[in-house]
Amino acid sequence: MTWGARDLAVRFGSRIALDGVSLEAPAGQVTAVVGGDGAGKTTLLRCLAGVLAVDRGEVRWPGATRTGYLASTSGTYPDLTVDENLDFTAAAYGVPAGVAHERGAEYLERTGLASVRTRLVGDLSGGMRQKLGVLRALLHHPDLLVLDEPTTGIDPVSRVDLWWLIARAAAAGAAVVLATTYLDEAERATRLLALDEGRALAEGSVDDIIGSMPGALRVRATPPADGDTRARAWRRGTRWRVWYPGSGSAAPSGDERLEPDLQDAVTVIALNREIQGARTPERTS
Amino acid sequence: MTAGHESPDPLARARGITRRFGAFVAVDDVDLHVGAGEVVGLLGANGAGKTTLIRMLLGLLRPSAGEATLFGTPPSRQTRRRLGYVPQNLGLYDDLTPSENLEFARAAFGHVGERHPVDVPRGAEAPVGRLPLGVQRRLAFQEALDHRPDLLVLDEPTSGVAPLARARLWETIHAAADRGVGVLVTTHYMDEAAECDRLVVMAAGRVVAAGTMAGIVGDTTVIQVDSEDWADAFAAIEAAGLRAALIGRSLRVPGAARREVEEALGDLQAQVSETTATLEERFFELTIAAHSR
Repeated sequence: MTWGARDLAVRFGSRIALDGVSLEAPAGQVTAVVGGDGAGKTTLLRCLAGVLAVDRGEVRWPGATRTGYLASTSGTYPDLTVDENLDFTAAAYGVPAGVAHERGAEYLERTGLASVRTRLVGDLSGGMRQKLGVLRALLHHPDLLVLDEPTTGIDPVSRVDLWWLIARAAAAGAAVVLATTYLDEAERATRLLALDEGRALAEGSVDDIIGSMPGALRVRATPPADGDTRARAWRRGTRWRVWYPGSGSAAPSGDERLEPDLQDAVTVIALNREIQGARTPERTS
Repeated sequence: MTAGHESPDPLARARGITRRFGAFVAVDDVDLHVGAGEVVGLLGANGAGKTTLIRMLLGLLRPSAGEATLFGTPPSRQTRRRLGYVPQNLGLYDDLTPSENLEFARAAFGHVGERHPVDVPRGAEAPVGRLPLGVQRRLAFQEALDHRPDLLVLDEPTSGVAPLARARLWETIHAAADRGVGVLVTTHYMDEAAECDRLVVMAAGRVVAAGTMAGIVGDTTVIQVDSEDWADAFAAIEAAGLRAALIGRSLRVPGAARREVEEALGDLQAQVSETTATLEERFFELTIAAHSR
């Protein structure tokens, strides 16, 4: 079963939050939605989770009781204990108490939360709260699990636990959709959708996206002097990458050819759009 | 350029620095230095001691033992003027416009002399709180660089920023380093760590690794499992009490031996290979080892 959205458009007043965005979320796979703040990630995830109505397009989801959703703002009750948070979730989704306790105990154990079950959630670290938030979203074993920036601000040690929960849900057959602002994290997913200003920059597997990069890349030790070329260059680590819209034959012969990785490809696609956007008149909304 | 650039003394240095809070040792005998023109990344899980260390370097917190120096002297009001700091929440005033924010910072730093033009997009003279986060982040950088500091301290500098904008912000950071500014960056993300010249990894209050990214990873390897049906492989590895991480369609099993993984997989069709660990995997291993000591 593949959940997802087709040709979504969402407006907030005069602001276009999503403009013709499609996403496929196949069962048993992790799909990452990546972009900066304001790209439209949260709006898309809210549509997928059925908590926001769309102005245009189609959302395919398994319904509220078979969906798990973690909002970016908060997914836990700070005035309740860890156990109470889980009990509350189990009751809300109609998970029998016995089943909920068994599942909860295993998940808490595996994510380092077993020793804090009777503590108030408001007193826990950000990482622990976030793990509990994800746990709450998946306790009823949903068919579609939607997680809005589950790992933002979370340190790499807690992130390992969060990704274990995510992998575990996908292995059990759930379609997982998660948002992140980091490409290195998105690369862990099977499929990616890169969003920019409410529109899709690229979609597909890591290989698909790298393969869809237009033009050619060269690397050099110093920034190009020519202004036009400089606008197509960016620095990564100690070297400069220069993008050529064509075959790259215009590049100086000393510049080395480079096979792009995901970060290069997404940067080029965004750069290409920026350059195109500067040439064409502003879209009217 | 200031004398800091030519001087053999590092811009910031901690020597044997320790900080206790009651019986808890937050920072335990740490050495750290940031030289002119260097971008140093400070990595550590929450509670590893990064913030306490930086607070001591900035002179906001007294060490229990050891010493911190900024520009060769103990941190003071004077040394603070030579410092630019961008906290993760950016430290801007939401109700002031970008120019008002900059004016305020200039007054606070007693900045006289050459001024950079305020580089904010047209129509952005709204209160900062209403501007897009990318613009806010650029402004915070500009504010930190405006008084021409010799040392920049950045806390997860490109959090929440799109890939292209991230590349542009890092250009600004590298350009400052090329002018001789020393940069200390704390981050949880490997994309950012990859931009640093040198990394220092903290765990349980101590420095557990330092050097280049390749040097820190060294010859640490991880077992990778590729299978048509990763979910079955995942279940088999889990059932054997090992812990698998999903990367795309591959599984990685940090800390496990090849034989253990092969035994766990049994008759399952899967390719098992041993590959170089990622920085993140190495980081995790170092952190776990530090806590089990």
